[in-house]
Parts: sequence; structure tokens; C-alpha cells
Amino acid sequence: MTPPTDRPASDGVARVRAHIEESILPPLVALVIAAVVGDVLIIIFGQSPGDVYRQLLEGTWGNAYGFGQVIYKATTLTFTGLAVALGIRAGLFNIGAESQLASGGFLAALVGLAMPRGTPAVVAVVACLLAAAAGGGAVGAIPGALKARFGASEVIVTIMLNFVVLALLNYIVAAHIHVSETLHTPEMNAGALPRLTSVFPKFAGSAANTTFLLAIAAAAGVWWFLFKTRPGYELRAVGLQPDAAEYGGVRVGTVWAKTMILSGMLAGLGGLNYVLGYKHYYEEGFAGGSGFLGIAVALVGRNHPVGVVIAALLFATLSQGGLAVNALVPKQMVDVLTAVVIIAVATAVPEVRRALAAARSSSGIGNRESGIAESARTQEPPNSRFPIPDSRP
Amino acid sequence: MIAFLIQTLRIATPYLFAAAGGIVSERAGIIALTLEGFMLTGAFCAALGSYYSGSPWLGIVAGAAGGLLAALLHALATIRYRADQVVIGIAMNLLAVGVTRFFLRLAFDSSSNSPRIPGFGGAQVQSGVFSSLANPLVWLGVLNMVAVGWLLYRTPFGLRVRAAGEKPEAALSVGVPVRRVRWLAVAVSGACAAMAGSYLALDQHQFTDGMTAGRGFIALAAVIFGKWDPKRVTIACLLFAAAETMQIRLQSLQLVPSQFVEMIPYVLTIIALAGVVGRAAQPAALGKAVD
Repeated sequence: MTPPTDRPASDGVARVRAHIEESILPPLVALVIAAVVGDVLIIIFGQSPGDVYRQLLEGTWGNAYGFGQVIYKATTLTFTGLAVALGIRAGLFNIGAESQLASGGFLAALVGLAMPRGTPAVVAVVACLLAAAAGGGAVGAIPGALKARFGASEVIVTIMLNFVVLALLNYIVAAHIHVSETLHTPEMNAGALPRLTSVFPKFAGSAANTTFLLAIAAAAGVWWFLFKTRPGYELRAVGLQPDAAEYGGVRVGTVWAKTMILSGMLAGLGGLNYVLGYKHYYEEGFAGGSGFLGIAVALVGRNHPVGVVIAALLFATLSQGGLAVNALVPKQMVDVLTAVVIIAVATAVPEVRRALAAARSSSGIGNRESGIAESARTQEPPNSRFPIPDSRP
Repeated sequence: MIAFLIQTLRIATPYLFAAAGGIVSERAGIIALTLEGFMLTGAFCAALGSYYSGSPWLGIVAGAAGGLLAALLHALATIRYRADQVVIGIAMNLLAVGVTRFFLRLAFDSSSNSPRIPGFGGAQVQSGVFSSLANPLVWLGVLNMVAVGWLLYRTPFGLRVRAAGEKPEAALSVGVPVRRVRWLAVAVSGACAAMAGSYLALDQHQFTDGMTAGRGFIALAAVIFGKWDPKRVTIACLLFAAAETMQIRLQSLQLVPSQFVEMIPYVLTIIALAGVVGRAAQPAALGKAVD
């Protein structure tokens, strides 16, 4: 189809509208589906949905402690969500965020432990930060290299690697450096980050800490990298059309390998939130599914850094809200809701898009050219693989 | 030695069931990331069925029905709505964890385990290794794998399954209803994986939260390590189970840390994927949606 040359201004407005519809509507549909399932579960348990949802909101955004916990949980989820989103932008599915997060936190805790007491905070924090990035990046490098070199499915390799890395970390902690009778390492000597309580006393008791600033910085950094730099452009090109990118001179395998390392580094940095900001040691199982939730965060956030931050807040609210409503309904309801949100988003997004496109082409809103192309396609013979050439006068 | 073999067979049983399901699903082109979730659902439903009916056999039926239900949801999302199989797979596993925990609270008012349920054989390992041979599911597990091999290579349906996973467009053009074949394959995988879960629940005489403990992924590892071929996958299942048995038996000697034994299936699978010991080539249309 020839691109339209004299497009009226209203077409541009319609395009923006269509774009907004496409990015807002599908997640909304998904949330409605999740809410309905939630209602059903609550009613099965003999409670009133209104009460439960009110309790959920009051226990999270309604008081400083709950809000602090939401911020804390959203911080880790932002990192793992960014990690997954970056991978998907390059056409890679990083399911290894869980173990990358754990090994990032582990190395940060080790470096903090190795430094002498009284190390200047700037030096100590930067050293821990580099260690976390290195820990996550190293785990990400393996599937990246295997994908680039052998074409091994990164999905399977990252899943399998999760088990291997977590078992290895468990072994090291259990056999060599745990505090006796616990499953965690000794407390770090240097590198702790201040909690938000020290600035806003209201947050007392919550784990929220300054790592959340780092998460926002990471989101901004990923945005800048993806949309403002040449490597970021290449990464997106590989994700959209690997063959075309290769033809255009991009070395696809190298981009894949580098992306997996970057993705692993982002997930690894998430470990700082727990280790530097909260407990000041590495503990077995601290990742607690945040790596897997990162997939949900990236998906609902449409793989855009801003969307990831918003989605991280959403899932953090759900997760903390589960604890808030546990007296009324089992907190496990939240796990079900999280899964339903993922399934609904993954199925509703393409469906709603198709429906929107169909509605647009039949009513003539939006790009008129594509509307005509659509009608031309409906007239083509069933066996033709190519659309009929534009034969308008 | 015989005790060792019997214990290996016993540990391999859930792998054999779940891997058989994994083979059918993946050969039809649907990624079998959900085996773990199907297993957990099956284990819970089997416990429910056995508890309320008092018969482990009805427990098996209930377990299979639960796995089937989960599989149909998976098929609806990935085949009917063409959603991404990996995303849905991860979500289904999460859903299984959440749903079983939620209904564990609802049905048995516990957040960790069900009460004791009627099952097969002695509940404790101490009651002698031979008692596990009395568990009909151990034999069914082997038979099931043989049946899957026969189904895949000796029946028209098996041919259609393989076509749906290798060249769905070609299969469509000669009139194979690819999407229906995939629905059936996913249903079979759900039922098989649920049998694996039922075995666990009925063997231990209770359901415990998260009792599948990654066994679904070990089964998936066996499918890949066994190159999607029933015979090789059987060997892979037995191999992984033998390593575990060895670890249990030599635990007191502390020769190798248990964590390293846990890694074996996963490390072998990664190596197999990298092509060091003969490249593992997956079905060509694995993970691809069909219109």
C-alpha cells in the first residue's frame, strides 16, 4: 500500500486516540476479569467483596506503614520487571530473573561483608552495586552466550539455570558462610543504605529504603538506552525483525548475548533492595518469587519502563494487600489474582487489539488507507498469499 | 541392589507420568512449561477425591479430572486465543500454586497440608521398599509411557500430533485439524501430569503445599534431554531418579552435597541444549501459534 501523502490533521488525532485506546483498554479489560474472579473467590469464602477490597486498599495505600511496604516490594519488582522487559524488547524471554536477583544480592552481601568496618559509604555502596550487577550479569551471560552461539532456547536454559544457581547458592551458604542455626550470611560491615524511616519517621517499621530511588533511576536509564541510543535501537530492531536487523548489518547474536547480560544485571541490582536496604545480609530464598513476578510486571507494563514502574506498584499493592486481608480471606487469593491478571492480559491484549482494529476499519475511523486495504483483503481469492495491488484510479 | 532399583522406579514414577504428558504436548507444538502446575493441581484434586470418597481409585479419577480442567484452560488461552505459550505457562504454574493453597484453606482449613487420605501402599519409606511394588500407579506409570510411544508412532492420531508440531501449515493444507489435535494433546498432557501428582499425594497419603517441588520441571528436563522420544525420555527419567536414589542412600556418607545432586538433571539439560552431546532439536513449530 502506498503511504498516504495528504493526511488531514484529524487523522493524526485519531491515531493518537487509537494509540491510547490500544495501550489502556486491554489492561483495563484484564483488570475487570481479575476483579470478577476475585469476587467469586471472596464469595466462595463467605465474605463480602466490598469489605475485602476496602481492607486491601486501607492496608496498603491507606497508611504509612502499608504504603512503605508497597514501595519496598515495588522496588524489587521494578528491577526484575525492567530485566524481563529489556529481554522481551530484544525478542528474548528471560525467566531467570529469580536466580539473577538472588546471585546479585548474594555477591553484594559478600562484598559488604568483605569490606572493613568504617569504609566510606560512597565506596562501599558503589562496590556493592557493582557486585550485584556482576552477580546478576554473570548468570544472565550463560543463556545469552548459549543462545548466541548454539541457538539454545533461552526460555529453557534460564528455567533450568534457576534451579542450578539457587542450589549452588544454598550450598555455599549452608556449607561455608551461614550464621549458625540460620540460613543467612553474617551482617555486612559496610554498604547499608538508609531506610526511609530516617527521613520520614511515619514509615516506621516498613522496609522501604533509598533503593527505590535507584529503581527509578534504572527505569529512566533503560528508557534512555532503549529509545535514545544506537545500541538500544539495534536491540529493538532485533526484537521486531531479527532477520531484517541482520540484513541491516546488526549482529543479532551479539545483541542477544549483550541483552541477556544487561537483563541479568538489572535483575541482580534488585538484590540491593533486600540486602543493602533491608536486612544487610543474604538469606536463602529472599527472592521469594519476585523474579517470576517480574514477568507479570513487564507484561502488564507493556515492556515500557514507565509502564513497568506502574505495574510494579500494582503487583506490590496486591502482594502487600494479601497480607492486609488475610483475616478475611486466605492471602493466597492474591496469588490466584496475579495469575489471572497475567492470563487475562496475555489473552485480552491481542484479542482487544484485533477487535479494535476490526471496529476501526469498519467504521472508517483512524487511518483510512488501512481501512481500504482491509476491504481489499476481504475480496482477495482465498489462496492468494499476497494482498491485491492497489488498483484505485 | 534390587532395593536400589525398586526405589529408583518409585522415584521415577512421577517423572514418567509427567514426561509422557510433556512429550505429547511438545510434539504437538505446545511448550510443556505447565507440567508442574498440572501435577500440583492433580495432586490436590486426588487428595480431595480420595478424602471425600474414601477410595484412592476415585482419587485418581478426581486428580485426572483436575489436571484435565487446568489443561483445558491452558489450551483455551494458547490455542483458541493464541496467547504466548511461555507467559501462559508461567501463569498457569502460579495459578496452580494459588488455587491449591486457597482451596486447601477452604477445604481443610490448613495452610500446609491435608489430613491423612486413603492411598496406596505403606505411607512411610521405612515400611519396606517392596511395598511400593504393590502400588498400581508405579506400573501404570511405565505402561503409560509405553502407550504414549505407541500412540505417537503407531496411530493416525500420533501422526497428526507430530505433524501439528513439525509442520502445522502443511498439516492444515492436507486437512488435519491442527488446532483440535493440539487441544487433544494438551488435554492428554494435563491428564498424564495430573497422574504424576496423584501418585505423589496417594503415595504419601496426604497433600502438602507445593509437594511437587519442581518435579514437573525435572520431567520437562527429561523430555528435552531425551530428545522428545519416549524411549530416550524413559531412560532420562530413570537416570535422574537413580541419581536421586543414590543421593538418598549415600546421604550418611556425605560424599557429595545434596545440592549438587539436585543440579544434575538441569545441568545435563543445559549441556544437551548447547549441543555438546548431540544437539537436542526441538519440534520445529514448538511454541508457534496456528491460525
